[in-house]
Amino acid sequence: MVEMVSRPYAAAFEKYAVAHPNVLCLSADLTSSCEVDGFRDRHPDQFVSLGMAEQNMLSFAGGLGLAGYRPFIHTFGVFMYRRPYDQLMASIAYPRRKVRLMGFLPGVTTPGGMTHQSIEDISVMRSIPNMTILETGDATEVESICEAADSIDGPVWCRILRGSVPRLFDSPIKVGEMRELSTGDDILVVTAGICTEEAMRARSALAKAGLSIRHLHLSTIKPFDEKSLLDHIGSVKHGVITLENHVTEGGIGSLVAETMASAGIGKRLIRLGLKDTYAHGGSRPYLMRYYGLDALALVKGIEDLVGETFDISEDDLDAARVEDVHSLVKAEAL
Amino acid sequence: MRNQRATEDVALGIRRRVFEHSIRNNGGYLSQACSAAEQLAWLYNEELKLGDPTLPPIPAPFAGVPSPTNTDYHTGAGYNGPAAPEFDRLFIAPAHYALVAYATLIEVGRMAPEGLDMFNKDGSSVEMIGAEHSPGMEVHNGTLGIGLSTGAGLAYGRKRRGEPGRTWVFMSDGEVQEGQTWEAVQACAHHGIDNLYAIMDVNKQQCDGAMASVMEVRDIAEKFRVFGAHCVEIDGHDLSAMRDAMNETHAGKPLIILAHTSPYNAMSILEERFPRLHYVRFKSEDERARMNVSIAADLGIEPIEYQH
Repeated sequence: MVEMVSRPYAAAFEKYAVAHPNVLCLSADLTSSCEVDGFRDRHPDQFVSLGMAEQNMLSFAGGLGLAGYRPFIHTFGVFMYRRPYDQLMASIAYPRRKVRLMGFLPGVTTPGGMTHQSIEDISVMRSIPNMTILETGDATEVESICEAADSIDGPVWCRILRGSVPRLFDSPIKVGEMRELSTGDDILVVTAGICTEEAMRARSALAKAGLSIRHLHLSTIKPFDEKSLLDHIGSVKHGVITLENHVTEGGIGSLVAETMASAGIGKRLIRLGLKDTYAHGGSRPYLMRYYGLDALALVKGIEDLVGETFDISEDDLDAARVEDVHSLVKAEAL
Repeated sequence: MRNQRATEDVALGIRRRVFEHSIRNNGGYLSQACSAAEQLAWLYNEELKLGDPTLPPIPAPFAGVPSPTNTDYHTGAGYNGPAAPEFDRLFIAPAHYALVAYATLIEVGRMAPEGLDMFNKDGSSVEMIGAEHSPGMEVHNGTLGIGLSTGAGLAYGRKRRGEPGRTWVFMSDGEVQEGQTWEAVQACAHHGIDNLYAIMDVNKQQCDGAMASVMEVRDIAEKFRVFGAHCVEIDGHDLSAMRDAMNETHAGKPLIILAHTSPYNAMSILEERFPRLHYVRFKSEDERARMNVSIAADLGIEPIEYQH
């Protein structure tokens, strides 16, 4: 059974920030929801409350960057780019301020529905010059995201997991490097974020069906190591399938498609994720099933790719994590 | 560079340069020179504590936008001197005032007159809407309403470091229509950011015309006060009133000076174009000729020779 780690960001941020006095903790009224309430209480001098005013917060952070600080902005990802997009561009991205945008609740990891779910943030960030994009997929990556983000000479967008997070990896994020989780030669599976755990759940059932899966996990989405991806694509017979907690337009599915097209790769690509649709409010397992982001959706996608059916059911997949929508940690679950 | 000439002369020189440029180029941001010349002259000639310029008098051509590979990139802030702890910083929040700001740099000896010849020319850094790399600029402010927030962040950071230098923002009144301006003021009040100063050109004009017809903003001073700034209102063409404004105490609050101005001050014929004064392009050669004669007389110079 996978190890579950409780609130890995809280301890990791505190440890990192205390050791780096030019790091400032910015928050917009979602301090406990972003697991920095303990930091606020123990290190009030390093914490800047900016209220529900994200437009000011982003330009203010740009000003702090100009003064030599490295602000870590904490709020839900969706609130950090939709309303204050202009400020993100002019005050942070263009001048390459060292602002660390810690976006919580990526994709369908919140029951908060459309207004709370950042489903197109990677697409937006990929198109912003000077922006770096990192995404966490397990507790070890969450624990190492602060150091990784703060190593970037410029702004960085991070998709952060919170609450109870599985530990899938034993080594920290290395910016620019993808993780090779299995080394098969039939199909290349490319995942990021919470979808990596889903692909790992399907691994044994697919192996039993006789499929050899090569599985890559991306924690650095921009800049992207195209050469490594192409090498992996060259190592599989059938084709590529991507699974992401994001719309399929502009995310890692598009990234892989662009890479393949530019290199003239004539293999099939199936992109799984939110298919040109908004999501709605519900538990994570429900949403991942409903919108086709889970292990079963990956199996169906692979069946499509190879033109066979494997008769794999939910019972054949490794046990899904059971999560309460409403936990004691955060009654509102937002 | 400071106090070498009377500030009145600097203001007059700013208007003359903007006028000459606008006549020669068949249009320009004339009205902004009418309303803001005293404010920018006062800032640069008297109030701001700035070091000597660190960039060449004649601006270098555009040298690329910030990127990981553009290692020689720098902003235009060097025309205001180095970013040392003891020196003030200035943002021109309405970057549309760039022509007036460049004229000011020339009048106080921080840029060569040739700089204005590069205005809005392809490949030049002396851009029409002041960019980060344009002379005297340090941040992009072409999107209105972000300047005060950036200034607040910089001022907060500098205060935290114990730097004595102040952060100044030159603002325009149209920016109060943007919600971000009010977010910035409430943040300043909440965090006691009192090393932030703003002077706002209240000329009651915006792109579509008179502000009252576009979006009535009511009593700006009262709004600033209830949001938590210390606000003082002055005649924006009265230099002694500006000097007096600096005697205001504003512990724990930013000081915001509302400079009430006329958009056709010292160029009376521009009243003909009221209320569309944001960018004056002459409608005919006849208008251009009449305005040339009239404004030249107002400014005490001969009419400008220009190519028809």
